[in-house]
Amino acid sequence: METLQEKSKFKMLREIYITETNCITPLGFDVESNIEAILRGDSGIQLHNDISLMPNSFYASIISDEKINSSFSKISTETKYSRLEKMMILALEPIIKNSKVELNSKTAFILSTTKGNITALAHDSEESFNNAHLDVLAKNVSAFFGFQTQPIVVSNACVSGILAVSVAKRMIQSELYDNVFVVAGDEVSQFVLSGFNAFQAMSELPCKPYSKNRTGVSLGEATAAVLVSAEAKNAKIKVIGDSSINDANHISGPSRTGEGLFRSIQNALKEAQIEANKLDYISAHGTATPYNDEMEAIALNRLDLQNVPVNSLKGFYGHTLGASGLLETVIAIESANRNILFESKGFDEIGVSESINVIEKNEEANIEIFLKTASGFGGCNTAVVFEKVK
Amino acid sequence: MTQNKPNIQSYIKIENNEIVLNGTSAFKTEPTDFADFAKQAYRNFEMQYPKFFKMDALSKLAFLGSELLLSPITSTEDENNIALVLANKSSSLDTDVKYQESISDKENYFPSPAVFVYTLPNICLGEISIRHQLKSENSFFIFDAFNGEFLSNYSNILLNTNKADLVLCGWTEFFNDNYKAFLCIISAAENENYKNENINTLYHK
Repeated sequence: METLQEKSKFKMLREIYITETNCITPLGFDVESNIEAILRGDSGIQLHNDISLMPNSFYASIISDEKINSSFSKISTETKYSRLEKMMILALEPIIKNSKVELNSKTAFILSTTKGNITALAHDSEESFNNAHLDVLAKNVSAFFGFQTQPIVVSNACVSGILAVSVAKRMIQSELYDNVFVVAGDEVSQFVLSGFNAFQAMSELPCKPYSKNRTGVSLGEATAAVLVSAEAKNAKIKVIGDSSINDANHISGPSRTGEGLFRSIQNALKEAQIEANKLDYISAHGTATPYNDEMEAIALNRLDLQNVPVNSLKGFYGHTLGASGLLETVIAIESANRNILFESKGFDEIGVSESINVIEKNEEANIEIFLKTASGFGGCNTAVVFEKVK
Repeated sequence: MTQNKPNIQSYIKIENNEIVLNGTSAFKTEPTDFADFAKQAYRNFEMQYPKFFKMDALSKLAFLGSELLLSPITSTEDENNIALVLANKSSSLDTDVKYQESISDKENYFPSPAVFVYTLPNICLGEISIRHQLKSENSFFIFDAFNGEFLSNYSNILLNTNKADLVLCGWTEFFNDNYKAFLCIISAAENENYKNENINTLYHK
């Protein structure tokens, strides 16, 4: 009896939509300017010489401080916010306003990040140390808008941003909330640059996902924000399946068989009740490290998805860590609604052992259903399936 | 969907040099630092998993707790669909501070990949997943204080939507040798032992 009840519950779950999106990146401070830049083929990745960040010059996708400060001054005169907090507030502000959603007990706030205000650790004071706490970051951003519910922080390495969409979907389906504002953000910092460099995972040139001559990541920074809602009005896309499965293999490298990603995609498709051959597009992770890209190609082939057009947006934005999954979802939603497949920037010659259909130039295509994936340290993977709203 | 009360199957607490399993003291040492306590606990329970010694303190804490809850119920032959849902306040800051020290001094600049990898709170989920071969849902959350309501709700969602058969959820807080772990196994089926308890009452007990 319990089982029957559970089954019927499963079928009665609410439908979940994304109704608002925004992003703050080196390519623009709203979605429209980002899409225009992508269509022009611009990249945020530039050569930087900044010894406060790295002893040597490096390629990264970094937002100008001036632009953050001038944009922020238009919405607030407060000076207490950190650079990342300003970027997060800038991403959330227009969508909260546009949505007209009341910030009451049925509206949640999820903040997702890999390292948050980690730059605060470089300053040796108690106040600064306190700001390095992710709950403090979330409280600061939440208080700016006056959310009534306690902020939820998702910190699950590089899947954080897309996992936050899953968490939002699940919480709305359980009817705890009707609306969830999700923000994701990470900065380029000395902390992260030195770590990826110590792993010898940094590319000497702008990153080249899935390419033969790829040598590693270019780091980037961005914030992105979406409203996940049970309300179909003004929906940009429907969220129809999701899963986050661990590789159970290694903490700092992906499974060679892509097991966790394979299972995540398989489960997400199953929940969405979609056959693999119905996917029109895959927005993949594609960090451009030799192991990650190879693992993804293997997982996609195991699912017979090798012919589905796939891109990595890391060539435009670099690897924005916890922000990447949400930022790339925001861009992929535009891709679907405009019926344009965006080029996988930086790609030249296929460099993974099993073939995949990397998008080489912008092209028109009908996109009804797409998949977003991400993978990260700790063996984590997330897959979410989206369907265009009719 | 209505939220059911979570069905707690078993629970563990680690704090003040003591491990309490299902309400009974299972291991205790004289006051000592966490590294020493963890080593003694590992030896006491004959865990035989040398990777343990490479872990940072947060992972050791989460590992010790999960080991005693999961070992009796996981099988090496069958798939175990046990989700992991952990949370804390200090994220991986204990290791973050150590890593920051290794890069702050330009004269003594030595960023280590082995330390850097532990500057993520979800690494402890990876360690537990590897140990028990859990190819399952996992996520790490941060709150300013123990949030039993969220842990219960989220665990129930995973069970109710068939994303997991069981959930190991809890709080694993570690910073500067101050630690507290509270972990429990939650299932769809009711357990008579904890009929009148919930995560909050057990955490504060």
